[in-house]
Amino acid sequence: MKTEKKAIRYLGKIIKYTVCIFLAILSILPFWIMFMNATRSTYEIQQNSISLLPSKYFLSNIQVLLGKSFNPLKGFINSMIISVGATACTVYFSSLTAYALVVYDWRLRQPFFTFILAVMMIPAQVTSIGFYQFMYRIHMTNSFLPLILPAIAAPATVFFMRQYLLATLSIDIVNSARIDSAGEFHIFNRIILPIMKPAIATQAIFSFVGTWNNLFLPLILLTDKDKYTMPIMVSLLRGDIYKTEFGSVYLGLSLTVLPLFIVYFLLSKYIIAGVALGGIKE
Amino acid sequence: MRHKGVSYAKYGYIFCIPFVLAFLIFSLYPIVYTTVIGFTDLKGMGKTDFQFLANPFQNFITVLKNASFQESLKNTVIIWIANFIPQILLALLLTAWFTNHRNKIKGQGLFKVLFYMPNIITAATIAILFYSLFGYPKGPVNDLFMTLGIIDEPMYFLINKTTARGIVSFIQFWMWYGHTMIILISGVLGINPEIFEASDIDGANSAQTFFYVTLPNLRTILLYTLITSLIGGLNMFDIPKLFLLGGPDNATLTTSVFIYNQAFSGSYLYNRAAAASMIMFAIIAILSAMVFFIMRDKDAAMLNKQKKRLQKELKKAAKVARRAAE
Repeated sequence: MKTEKKAIRYLGKIIKYTVCIFLAILSILPFWIMFMNATRSTYEIQQNSISLLPSKYFLSNIQVLLGKSFNPLKGFINSMIISVGATACTVYFSSLTAYALVVYDWRLRQPFFTFILAVMMIPAQVTSIGFYQFMYRIHMTNSFLPLILPAIAAPATVFFMRQYLLATLSIDIVNSARIDSAGEFHIFNRIILPIMKPAIATQAIFSFVGTWNNLFLPLILLTDKDKYTMPIMVSLLRGDIYKTEFGSVYLGLSLTVLPLFIVYFLLSKYIIAGVALGGIKE
Repeated sequence: MRHKGVSYAKYGYIFCIPFVLAFLIFSLYPIVYTTVIGFTDLKGMGKTDFQFLANPFQNFITVLKNASFQESLKNTVIIWIANFIPQILLALLLTAWFTNHRNKIKGQGLFKVLFYMPNIITAATIAILFYSLFGYPKGPVNDLFMTLGIIDEPMYFLINKTTARGIVSFIQFWMWYGHTMIILISGVLGINPEIFEASDIDGANSAQTFFYVTLPNLRTILLYTLITSLIGGLNMFDIPKLFLLGGPDNATLTTSVFIYNQAFSGSYLYNRAAAASMIMFAIIAILSAMVFFIMRDKDAAMLNKQKKRLQKELKKAAKVARRAAE
């Protein structure tokens, strides 16, 4: 009886680890194949499309890749400008709005919070046609501003910042600063923002990655090749000009994944913790 | 806060001005504008002038009757369901395993990092990567399946409607189950540990604890997952757009790709695209409202139930403890 129970428990353990290891391989394998094929020639890939070891055609693949319309450096810089700008807007103004919701007692406070909850769920796609027409009329297509400024109003981030402030901020800090006759704006910038650093870091990561990965809005707004972001650059790899250049396509994909991998493995602890926090919505 | 007779209330309004302005200009105005365009004849690349139609609802009727739109709506729902059900089941299973305190899985941190990883990679990149992986006749997936003996000859996955849709669902599933799992785990960690102790004392096994204690307490978080996944799923764009460009034979055409194609290719039918956007907005709003309504009503009732159950279990635990003491 006892040995039977032990055997069942042992079997359960084997199943659990098998499933987990299988899923881990499933996460790694596509990217591994991609990185390896990025260093292999088209001929090698046609012979055998999976290799667990790299080959030596990295440089020739780079030449083919850059010889056509794919310009990863330009895409990287453009995406960087938009993502940094949008992230800065999101974390600063969301913190400010959350601070207003937590510290001040104003008549529309509760209705405003309800309003933020309600608009949290509006997806970008439903506003896109009007947004495009509006930007076209004021000649703002091919500008980065329409991709950065809307980040000022980020309801989900405000919600997160509010929860954080409610849990950590003591009103005494604000009051004692007031006694020292510090201005309200000054108090926010000099005292509150440093307190919010952990929340700002978490939200900054998600805002940055979200903006970086966004395809839809840049795709409809940016038509000038010099303004292309990384995801639009990637979409070029799907085109006919790279149809037979398997090695270069894998290389192009790898170049877009690499910066994200570096960020992810440096910050994975905070990212996982941030996702977990995002789930606690009471 | 009132302090020494000075009212700071005005700062509450002042500090919200940037948010409100940005919302009005970049969200509300475009929504209203989209709605208006839906009732007009606005089409043609680069056009901005429009006139209202004689029959204001003409665009909405045309879109609803459009075979491609109906197909795209059907695809969106099929792809979403085929990704969400396995996703939530696997996430729940992993949650049960990872939060089981009796036999802990080693290397949990690493597993979490790896399971979540696909979620952070650009969806556009993943779409094209999978397009390459499923190459025919030579491609990594075909090679792998043939080596493993799953198939005898190369399969042209991307030309078959069912496998094409299946792969899109799989990509969505693969990108999101780790995310869902982490949220569910954080939900379980948020449950009062006393409830688990009580069920332990009652001699419940792992499965019983999971189904009768963990799952009921996760209800709110499950509904939250459901609604965010629903909204995300109904707006699915990057993967279907770049994986097979909506093909084969419109099998992976989602509503977002339909809207994009209407407005930004062919004859640039901004008005039809706007009408389709508003239809999707209405569908999303109705579904969200329904889920929110269910959530709100059940919440209070659930809290009461929880409280009662907790009290009962505590009483039981006390009884057991007393008996043990005797």
